[in-house]
Amino acid sequence: MAECGRVDSSNTSSHTMDKSITLPPDEIFRNLENAKRFAIDIGGSLTKLAYYSTVQHKVAKVRSFDHSAKEASSDKLYEISVQEEVTARLHFIKFENAYIETCLDFIKDHLVNTETKVIKATGGGAHKFKELIERKLGLKVDKEDEMTCLIKGCNFVLKNIPHEAFVYAKHADSEFRFQTTNPDIFPYLLVNIGSGVSIVKVESEDKFERIGGSSIGGGTFWGLGALLTKTKRFDELLQLASKGQHTSVDMLVKDIYGGSYGCLGLTGDLIASSFGKSATADKEFSKEDMAKSLLHMISNDIGQLACLYAKLHNLSRVYFGGFFIRGHPVTMHTITYSINFFTKGEVQALFLRHEGYLGAIGAFLKGAEEDNPNQYSWGENYAGSSGLMSVSPDMNPMQRARSGTFPFDMLEMDRLERQLVNLPLLQDASSYIPDTVDLTEDALAREYWLYCFEEALDGVVKRAVASQPDMPEAVARAEKFRQKYRHKLQTLRNQPFAYGSLTVRSLLDTREHCLNEFNFPDPYSKIKQRENDVALKYYQKAVQSLEELSWEERQFALVRGVLAGNVFDWGAKAVSDVLESDPEFGFEEAKRQLEERPWLVDSYDQWFERLKGPPHKCALFFVDNSGVDIILGVMPFVRELLSRGTEVVLASNSGPALNDVTNGELQILTERIAAMDPVIEAGLREDRLTLVQSGSSSPCLDLSRLDKVLAMVVRERQTDLVIIEGMGRAIHTNYYAMLSCESLKMAVIKNSWLADRLGGKLFSVVFKYEVPHGKTCLGSGALTPS
Amino acid sequence: MAFNGHQCEDGSVDEDETPSKQPRSDKEMPGYFRNEPNNEAAAPAGRAAADRRSSNATSRHRKDSVKKTRPPFPWFGMDIGGTLVKLVYFEPKDITAEEEQEEVENLKSIRRYLTSNTAYGKTGIRDVHLELQDLTLCGRTGNLHFIRFPTHDLPAFLQMGRNKHFSSLHTTLCATGGGAYKFESDFRTMADLQLHKLDELDCLIRGVLYIDSVVSSGPSECYYFENPTDPDRCIQKPYTLENPYPLLLVNIGSGVSILAVYSENNYKRVTGTSLGGGTFLGLCCLLTGCSTFEEALEMASEGESTRVDKLVRDIYGGNYESFGNMMSKEKRESVSKEDLARATLVTITNNIGSITRMCALNENIERVVFVGNFLRVNTLSMKLLAYAMDYWSKGQLKALFLRHEGYFGAVGALLELLHPS
Repeated sequence: MAECGRVDSSNTSSHTMDKSITLPPDEIFRNLENAKRFAIDIGGSLTKLAYYSTVQHKVAKVRSFDHSAKEASSDKLYEISVQEEVTARLHFIKFENAYIETCLDFIKDHLVNTETKVIKATGGGAHKFKELIERKLGLKVDKEDEMTCLIKGCNFVLKNIPHEAFVYAKHADSEFRFQTTNPDIFPYLLVNIGSGVSIVKVESEDKFERIGGSSIGGGTFWGLGALLTKTKRFDELLQLASKGQHTSVDMLVKDIYGGSYGCLGLTGDLIASSFGKSATADKEFSKEDMAKSLLHMISNDIGQLACLYAKLHNLSRVYFGGFFIRGHPVTMHTITYSINFFTKGEVQALFLRHEGYLGAIGAFLKGAEEDNPNQYSWGENYAGSSGLMSVSPDMNPMQRARSGTFPFDMLEMDRLERQLVNLPLLQDASSYIPDTVDLTEDALAREYWLYCFEEALDGVVKRAVASQPDMPEAVARAEKFRQKYRHKLQTLRNQPFAYGSLTVRSLLDTREHCLNEFNFPDPYSKIKQRENDVALKYYQKAVQSLEELSWEERQFALVRGVLAGNVFDWGAKAVSDVLESDPEFGFEEAKRQLEERPWLVDSYDQWFERLKGPPHKCALFFVDNSGVDIILGVMPFVRELLSRGTEVVLASNSGPALNDVTNGELQILTERIAAMDPVIEAGLREDRLTLVQSGSSSPCLDLSRLDKVLAMVVRERQTDLVIIEGMGRAIHTNYYAMLSCESLKMAVIKNSWLADRLGGKLFSVVFKYEVPHGKTCLGSGALTPS
Repeated sequence: MAFNGHQCEDGSVDEDETPSKQPRSDKEMPGYFRNEPNNEAAAPAGRAAADRRSSNATSRHRKDSVKKTRPPFPWFGMDIGGTLVKLVYFEPKDITAEEEQEEVENLKSIRRYLTSNTAYGKTGIRDVHLELQDLTLCGRTGNLHFIRFPTHDLPAFLQMGRNKHFSSLHTTLCATGGGAYKFESDFRTMADLQLHKLDELDCLIRGVLYIDSVVSSGPSECYYFENPTDPDRCIQKPYTLENPYPLLLVNIGSGVSILAVYSENNYKRVTGTSLGGGTFLGLCCLLTGCSTFEEALEMASEGESTRVDKLVRDIYGGNYESFGNMMSKEKRESVSKEDLARATLVTITNNIGSITRMCALNENIERVVFVGNFLRVNTLSMKLLAYAMDYWSKGQLKALFLRHEGYFGAVGALLELLHPS
């Protein structure tokens, strides 16, 4: 009923629009060829379409040469091959109902798959378009309960998308404050503000209950607003409201009292009676003022009811959704204000980045139950997703006009190879925030890093092309990558909140996603190969010279070795310049570049004292770069740990990122080192040295999303030491991570801006050894911007 | 449990022939107050009840002692709200010849003016049907009159006070409501009157408890609706508000205040909402061009909210949107003013019902008393509220109403004049 007016009128007009629109298949409804399992959610004005598809893309694989065979004529350490891999992806597209027919035609034309027979449907408009969908697509429309879909979708995004939920603060530096993903999402309250309001208590994956509701919702704002202001469109009503002054229409406490009502602490500006002044004065009221008053009235009322229900059911997490909220800063602000007022800050109003997709996601999940999508972990693909506010007219006119078709928004989620879980050694998983600096809140840092990534783009494109010398079309593809990533950076400049908190990690990950999108799975593969090769030749010499040192000297030399190795990093601009111009830049030279002690953050003395004590049971080492770093820096360090009687778990990336060593590469390297080094060999043989993958393909590290196997190994081996190496993993992320066991964070600052900010200089050293409270505390370094 | 005694009465009681309500007996009262932390302050209602009981007795001793603390006439209590000014006036009927001679002309003139008219100026109205006769207050017997006029006509009222030289009577004018604060200086400058300002919620509760305790003849002060979920069998029934605590008191004026009352002096404001009587009238004025509450109600009674929103049953089924149909242009064009007024009334009323129910649950209170001028001549809203309370609570929650709807604050102010707490 709420839908009728809008849907009907736009439906008729869409017939004339159909002809003029051609949809670009690489921008919207991607991967339709292999699409299956469709779902559609048709609301009052927006349609959300969901499908599952497979994506074929290239992945870089490494394979050890059989050195006994003749083919090992090359002096290369291992073989790199690019292979096709098929991964699963979920596509969600949101567009206005006016274009539904155009979209259905397009899908029909591009859909080759014949297996699909059914389309799951939900939303108030689903029955209205049933016939059209069945006729156009030849699929049977299977209606699913709206609320069930909504809740299923909500659970899915809360579990799988980091920074899904946010608090809205209009006047803060950053309007959007994203919440860290708490693995324990239940119980929560979902307040869905569509035409009416539904209040649902969600207790578990399968248990939810509509505990209340209200007739005063988005429909009241729209209907009453249209009557009062003769303005028909919902968006226009909101715009009117944002320009109005409610005090000329509402009766405030001060209008009755002349000031505040002191005894109750009700301030004079509080609304005593909504529209109270329009009853007593014989004057005309402006549309803007009436719209504003109406917005306040409805938002306050919903906020009040939500608080009463939250209190009654003892719930503190309250998510708001529905078309009244959807992407509208004005309504998020008024709802937030109301919740703060009524609960005095005890309950926070939470909103969701993908709120508009919940119904479609839920309907899709209902249809895909036999594939059991909930058994996998999924990740938001930054390359294929539009980001928050992408089609909000006042937020980003650029993007709206860009496609030349019609405004649409997309969400793409990749099924991850591995199921991801928390590191069991996190002190408090619910308060863990991987990132050290939130660039959404820190404008200066944001400016710098966006500039930095833009500057580095030429180099990345060059590297990408060079990595595929046999493919002539790589140049054009790399150019597309450049456009895509540059556009992402532009979007993030305007909307830093588009994908949750903007961080150095998210900028790096977005770049990796874009590279993958254009089939540059591992631009650094050849460089890594060469450097690994060179470094291996020095391994024995390096170990030998360490052996000659006294125990005391050796411990320090090992740490310096790891740090010097960490200088070799293509991800850091200052270093990649040197590396590019002078490939002979040696390990010894790196050691000379290192800062002398005392370092910027220096708890080496405590670490050294600790080494005099009993050996650790098991160390988990998150490694960083290929080449000198892993071979001449990390491996000797690992060797020493093994010699001490400590088991070692080496955690490396599952997929490529910059010149970081991948699990595949590390397997080969370790075998080669084992062949030269009896300590490593014995470690592998006796299962005291284990290689695991992190589950990540990022230069940074999110300890709340790690491979399930890693978590299992960590638990089984009673890990009591975590070592995190490198700028990406130990400074940009995890610098403040609190672990329940001893931890060592080692990195060299290879960025002068960051060094400046931290009060150090280029090649300053961070050596942070921490012991959790309760155990012997040996102090910790503080890293505060100067 | 509170309903048990009452339900027994129901069958035998005729609606018009309300059983004369017993003032709380001495047997109950002391026991009750013993449980209260502040006996002293809780006394006024008890004392008022005692006054009532001694009205026919001739205990000269008592009368003399009362006389010493008795304020001079005239006795007014005033509640200046956002929309309406409520005035209660005690007209002594036991004036002796001696007194009559002593009485100054101004006082007589005011008494005559107020009691011989039922309308004052263009907008002042005396609610004759609410008048309480033969009431004994502070040892004096007389009639309590209930008068109201719009707050925007307060200047005219002050002008009248000035013309009638009200200030020469040296009376204390007890006033509550926001206007007591807002217009304090106007009272001083325009009418040379000093206001004794009182808290509106204190007055409200005092007034409710007092009126409920003294009304014994005529229609019952407190009533409810039997069979609220069945429109054909829904009828008004008297209710005895014995052992009233705890109760949820919902005052619907321009805005709404919801109080949890545990005793006369132990209460808290649970919450409030800005969607109240002022919102109903304000929106109706904008939507229909009407200008008075009566007009708006009249239209609402003729309208059909279903053309604008949906049936009451749908509302409670949860699939209902206020003004939802008005998103459609065609429906906006075909809707009548009466339908719009009806929808506004239903929306505002149900929202109050919904918030009230949640408060009752959160506070664990089973009895709700609705008061305030929004309910004046507004049976439709009262039945909706009764329906809502009954439906949502599966009969656990009872919606109660009081005949003197909007006057309790003013009565409380008058009591403060007579028995300063």
